[in-house]
Amino acid sequence: MRGWIEKQRYILDFTLSSLLRRKVKNFGLLVLYALIVFILASMMFFTYSIKKEASLLLKDSPEIIVQKLMAGRHELFPLRHIETIKNIRGVAAVEPRLWGYYFDTHAGANYTLLVPPAGGKIGKPASKTAVVETDPHDRAAEHAGQPLFRFNDVALEPGTLIVGQGMARARHTDMGDFMPFRAFDGNILSFRIAAILSSESELVSSDLILLTEGDFRKLFGIDNDYVTDVAVSVNNPREIATVTAKISRLLPDSRPIIRDEILRTYDSIFNWRGGMMIVIFSAAVLAFVIFAWDKASGLSAGERREIGILKAVGWETSDVIQMKFWEGAAISLTAFFSGVILAYIHVFFTGSLIFEPALKGWSNLYPHFELTPFVSLEQLTTLFFLTVIPYTVATIVPIWRAATIDPDTAMRHSGE
Amino acid sequence: MILHPTVIANLLSSAIATGMVVYAAYYGGQILKFWNLQSGDELQLVLERKTYLISTILSFVFALQLLSLFLYVFTADSLTPLFVGAMCAAGTLNVNGFGYPTLLLKIVNFLLAGLWLVLNHADNLGYDYPLIRKKYWLLMFIAPFIVIETVLESAYFLNMQADVITSCCGSLFSSEKANGLGSEIAALPSQPMMWTFYATLLLTLLVGSYSYLKGKAGYLYPVLSALMFVIAIAAMISFISLYIYELPTHHCPFCIVMQEYGYIGYLLYILLFLAVVSGMGSGVLLPFRGLESLRDLLPAFISKLLFLSVSSYLVFSTLVAYEIVSSNLVM
Repeated sequence: MRGWIEKQRYILDFTLSSLLRRKVKNFGLLVLYALIVFILASMMFFTYSIKKEASLLLKDSPEIIVQKLMAGRHELFPLRHIETIKNIRGVAAVEPRLWGYYFDTHAGANYTLLVPPAGGKIGKPASKTAVVETDPHDRAAEHAGQPLFRFNDVALEPGTLIVGQGMARARHTDMGDFMPFRAFDGNILSFRIAAILSSESELVSSDLILLTEGDFRKLFGIDNDYVTDVAVSVNNPREIATVTAKISRLLPDSRPIIRDEILRTYDSIFNWRGGMMIVIFSAAVLAFVIFAWDKASGLSAGERREIGILKAVGWETSDVIQMKFWEGAAISLTAFFSGVILAYIHVFFTGSLIFEPALKGWSNLYPHFELTPFVSLEQLTTLFFLTVIPYTVATIVPIWRAATIDPDTAMRHSGE
Repeated sequence: MILHPTVIANLLSSAIATGMVVYAAYYGGQILKFWNLQSGDELQLVLERKTYLISTILSFVFALQLLSLFLYVFTADSLTPLFVGAMCAAGTLNVNGFGYPTLLLKIVNFLLAGLWLVLNHADNLGYDYPLIRKKYWLLMFIAPFIVIETVLESAYFLNMQADVITSCCGSLFSSEKANGLGSEIAALPSQPMMWTFYATLLLTLLVGSYSYLKGKAGYLYPVLSALMFVIAIAAMISFISLYIYELPTHHCPFCIVMQEYGYIGYLLYILLFLAVVSGMGSGVLLPFRGLESLRDLLPAFISKLLFLSVSSYLVFSTLVAYEIVSSNLVM
């Protein structure tokens, strides 16, 4: 065993010094290799941490959201149905929600308007939080009951608004300014901005406007007997499926949405985006593999002579293959780790400058946010499979060709 | 089809493995047909060179095979949130009929591949390619399995549809419901299973140590090591997992590879695979001790394999014993 390790050490030693002797040739390969790893790694880090972010945010959203459907479309929910849901065994609380979208022609953006629930979040009476509907780029969000933000210590009075950072930026407004809104009947309503939401929660509150129930109904002309939808909380998570089934039986024209379904949808969407990008980049990986194949098979005269001499002094074919294996391992690992480290910096410190437009989607009120670094073994293994393994495969046959050169042919053909 | 990066990695790795094995098997077939060591023909020289290529390719493919076995379980684990009711890999593998057959085939292929590498190493010891035909026959035998595995794996991933209701590991591996393969193993009462496990383990270790120390390798140990492998997997489901999870109802053999349990599962499974491959490998080599060119070298290699196998089982059982003793669960 010891002898074996010693032998590998000498071969590795030899390989590294021979690699360093051909710096320029190997450097080009290394840069390209690292670039490929960098692109794939950035993409994976980005999608995974966004997925993580979404699941963390959704964790606190209500278990079930019930909407009313009319001809397959989302409709206002009549308040009288709330009693029906409350009577189902296992339901802890039912909270009516009022929210909607408002298109602002000046900013060219859609705002999300929301009436913060009176008693704080359902089920958790102490916390002053509310459920919001955001994420404008995503269809799944249309029926998503969603994340949380905090608005502390500011009383929301009739005629005032609390707005998100993104919309304050878009309209260049600040606290105390007035903002006009065009109501459903064409009248202009003016509201004073009482506060701006903290940037901590920007991912979910960038385009958010909070207003009182009375103002909301005045703006959109919604009758007092209706709300947008209701959030149902269930104490025992095992009963969610049963409660949902009961709701859809008692209220056939309603659509209950379970939190897990939303989570799953987000997961699928981001998986799909990540996978799609990989499929697109597979062309680049393929080009790289061809490049690696070419590099490995195009031995220079000097390299051929080197192998010829090694074999002439007693190296066996398997020793040469081992040498080449170490060479590949040194290049692969250097490229892999530098690519991964660069991608980490790119995604978590520079906010993924390059891929942002493609992966995030677009919106005029795009939130500024920093992703929480999240890297798992799964991502690294997947990356390894997508980059190092194709490279290794591409070099096996050329390596074998090089290793089986006859010493005399190698030295004779070198022509130097 | 779920377009998940890890799923793509899985499919890519099995496509690569299949491509390379088929390529190797093609040249293996040529070697079987035209190999003649006495001849100085050009074809023979080419074939002799090809053997290096094939060994390199297969060492790579078989290393990939081991990695992909773990990646497969890992992927099944990470897809869990997409399926209603699935709580870990056990549920995800049950999403369609191809999940478990693929897993089984992956394990079998890994064992076969390990045996091939043992044979290959022994062949390289002799100067006149003593086992060349046997090893290429074995390759011909393995190749179709690898191809089938890829087909099944692709079918598994391509037929996956998120939201299909699957049984979670709680119901599949819990002893209450007596149906399905998983629950039958779980339903093995843990006390008798424990005795079987320890008795077989003791016997295996004793026979192995005896063979190793006396230098008298026999067929008993290889058989025992294969039996031990099966029993160890059954024991893992029946009672070892309970101690690791510290839950008397959780029988899942997949969750132990998760981060929550310190990835202990990887270590345990790798030790088991190492033990069974080297144990069975020692048996595969036994008939060739009499060959002229291997007479002096083979016994040393066989006893190395024995040592590896016995010590892997020993480390495995020590780890298991440690997990059981240090567990908060008392049964």
